[in-house]
Amino acid sequence: MNLTLKIWRQKDSKTKGQMVDYKVTDISEHMSFLEMMDVLNEQLFAQGEEPVAFDHDCREGICGMCSMYINGEAHGPDRGITTCQLHMRMFNDGDTITIEPFRAAAFPVIKDLVVDRSAFDRIQQAGGYISVNTSGNTQDANSIPISKHAADEAMDAATCIGCGACVASCKNSSAMLFVGAKVSQYALLPQGQVEAADRVKNMVAQMDLEGFGNCTNTGACEVECPKGISLENIARMNRELLKASI
Amino acid sequence: MALDSKIPEGPIQDKWTDYKNKINLVNPANKRHIDIIVVGTGLAGGSAAATLAELGYNVKAFAYQDSPRRAHSIAAQGGINAAKNYQGDGDSTYRLFYDTVKGGDYRSREANVYRLAEVSGNIIDQCVAQGVPFARDYGGLLDNRSFGGVLVSRTFYAKGQTGQQLLLGAYSAMNRQIARGKIEMFNRHEMLDVVIVDGKARGIIARNLITGEIERHSAHAVVVATGGYGNVYFLSTNAMGSNVTASWKIHKKGAYFANPCYTQIHPTCIPRSGDYQSKLTLMSESLRNDGRIWVPAKLEDAKAIREGKKKPTDLSEEERDYYLERRYPAFGNLVPRDVASRAAKERCDAGFGVNATGEAVYLDFADAITRYGTEQAKIHNISNPSKAKIYELGKAIVEAKYGNLFQMYEKIVDENPYETPMMIYPAVHYTMGGVWVDYNLMTTVPGLYCIGEANFSDHGANRLGASALMQGLADGYFVLPYTIGDYLADDIRTGKISTDSAEFEAAEKEVKDRIEFFINNKGTKSVDYFHKKLGKVMWDKCGMSRNEKGLKEAIEEIKAIREEFWKEVKVPGDANEMNPELEKAGRVADFLELGELFAKDALVREESAGGHFREEYQTPEGEAKRRKEFQYVSAWEYVGEPSEAILHKEPLEYENIEVKERSYK
Repeated sequence: MNLTLKIWRQKDSKTKGQMVDYKVTDISEHMSFLEMMDVLNEQLFAQGEEPVAFDHDCREGICGMCSMYINGEAHGPDRGITTCQLHMRMFNDGDTITIEPFRAAAFPVIKDLVVDRSAFDRIQQAGGYISVNTSGNTQDANSIPISKHAADEAMDAATCIGCGACVASCKNSSAMLFVGAKVSQYALLPQGQVEAADRVKNMVAQMDLEGFGNCTNTGACEVECPKGISLENIARMNRELLKASI
Repeated sequence: MALDSKIPEGPIQDKWTDYKNKINLVNPANKRHIDIIVVGTGLAGGSAAATLAELGYNVKAFAYQDSPRRAHSIAAQGGINAAKNYQGDGDSTYRLFYDTVKGGDYRSREANVYRLAEVSGNIIDQCVAQGVPFARDYGGLLDNRSFGGVLVSRTFYAKGQTGQQLLLGAYSAMNRQIARGKIEMFNRHEMLDVVIVDGKARGIIARNLITGEIERHSAHAVVVATGGYGNVYFLSTNAMGSNVTASWKIHKKGAYFANPCYTQIHPTCIPRSGDYQSKLTLMSESLRNDGRIWVPAKLEDAKAIREGKKKPTDLSEEERDYYLERRYPAFGNLVPRDVASRAAKERCDAGFGVNATGEAVYLDFADAITRYGTEQAKIHNISNPSKAKIYELGKAIVEAKYGNLFQMYEKIVDENPYETPMMIYPAVHYTMGGVWVDYNLMTTVPGLYCIGEANFSDHGANRLGASALMQGLADGYFVLPYTIGDYLADDIRTGKISTDSAEFEAAEKEVKDRIEFFINNKGTKSVDYFHKKLGKVMWDKCGMSRNEKGLKEAIEEIKAIREEFWKEVKVPGDANEMNPELEKAGRVADFLELGELFAKDALVREESAGGHFREEYQTPEGEAKRRKEFQYVSAWEYVGEPSEAILHKEPLEYENIEVKERSYK
């Protein structure tokens, strides 16, 4: 198939960017979206132009590195996947595809489609852990039974890949789904109880400090999340915060 | 220099305990004055950085990705082994040790493997304490599954995302230390050389991948934990950025490189579909617990399927060849990875392959769905369940176990694996070879350590499933933090290492000169052009099976590609900006040297062992044939061109395990 691509090009964080049009031809429907981008970059290379910079690494939907906003949707039109898992069979011959970086004040553009998501790391550093040192003397892993239901639910929350699609999809650029997922994982497990109150307070405070918006229950984040993280995690985070504050 | 593996004296079960009792310790006040650089923040590097910081050292950690959470350990699906014997099925430290040595085809170091098995249980305790949500049974206790090459269930898992959960556990431990200021984290930084002062590793040269700035970082010890070199094949299941550069740079500065030819070709990957393919996707080996592998029994059926005239579901049981169950009745579909991969290649080479390319076999879940469905019907007291009901109940169980893998497959191949058997084919997945280290995980350069997949030590010639996560975390959480202290005890009076020395100056200049060369070279071809060319030689001649003629050709061909690369490579953009093409150029330059050493290593190893299969050395049944005279580690010393590398041998002695013909029949 033949496609027109409208891609955000921006030299660096200090330079103003703009949309630029490109044409690609003979794209196979079995290609992944990023393989299509590889084809474009080879073409740009042959023409002596600079290739489009974009983040990617594992190309199997788990590292959370890829981050494109395609035709107005984080990770493009398909559900439950990241951009690297999106295949060209989702598009038609002659389509025009708009490709932008994830946009949020807390995710400044570094170059072209690459954004800085270090705010996510800083939120995790504020409390996204259980304070237990490596000693080799921790108690036996089976000494505290944890109900299968709680373990599974914690796992569902823990499956977040930290890609930032929730933020990019939210009209308020809220990171509550991301933060709620981590808070929930620990809130659901006995190991997480000891520090639960401080954890949620510190993580939410850092989230606000980074300039993420608030949740107004639109639910776009849940729809666009490649890992299907549920909105319930936001509700649980709010409950935990309330519990910690009174 | 003679190799000294520094294995402690005494019975194998006491070595590690005695060692820990006798090593030098650094007191807490002195740890505050000691800096350690950790390069790579996957399971090995991340767990090491966190633990060293907890102990009180000042850690500087480096990752080429934008966060430690992105390291490719995250992609490990199936699980992590530990000798907990929770299932009461006869597991023990000795048995895990035995399975690992046997699985590695008797080419690993006994003392290291025993220590690995010994600390494996601690890993699970530690991870649970950290809040890793492992799968549990209805009684609330940890669940296990079985993996290839063993007869017990010792694999702990978190759905099909075990690597992710363990990495996020290590990442959370790192975050706690980053928040305390004990780890200084350098994301989007790539190590481009190690700096050696007075014979000791004292720092690195790194490039800031956003600004292009070349930075000097000093420390009292350097730990390299940068993973494997599978991307030398261009197509592999590794992440796009996975590379050999850190390992290769330290090799060129004096660290010996061991057994480069031991590569794991994983049997269950999604087959390739076209020339545009950028990477291959693995389907967890855990699928072989329930999936049955087969090809059509008749050549004409295979041909009809390839041409789209027949579907796999059209073939009756008699028309299918479950070749692993036929050849290996004891282990069946759960033979080790190297055996399963070669068996698939054998069938496909003989013309029985499916998919348009003829390079694929089936992995079929129909039986498992029926089996689970029948069991569920009994549990739920449904008498005379219909076929549809059994399918529905069975499908739900299979979905709960492997749902995310099935979804991944469907998104890539566009076929529903619940209804049509999956197609799989082997792909490069893991490299057992790597930087040579002694029992302390130290390389041949004092103060320079290498852990995780980047080193060579624990898996011999073949790694068992669910053992990579185990080794990465064992090295980082439980081994290195002890061994490095023994070394650093001599450094308590050294003081801060200056970055103004001539050694740093020289290393920085070397790095800058190379970057300048790439930017200014007036070539015409892209980096990928050379990488793909190298990959094809590697796959065709250094892949699942190798022979003398092919390896000699490979050496010459790789040399020629390398010469062309340095003449013809073109890198667009500038040095002082984010420049992915420039990053790739440096990595491929190193792969082009490693590739040749790889072929040379495969050529001189005149035997078959694990992932290294030499066609000249096989049993009449086509199984790998080891040779006693090759019971050693090949450790290569760099002296210039890869062709001139000097071979050092570390003999392998087996005192606690009888070396036998490896049989899974």
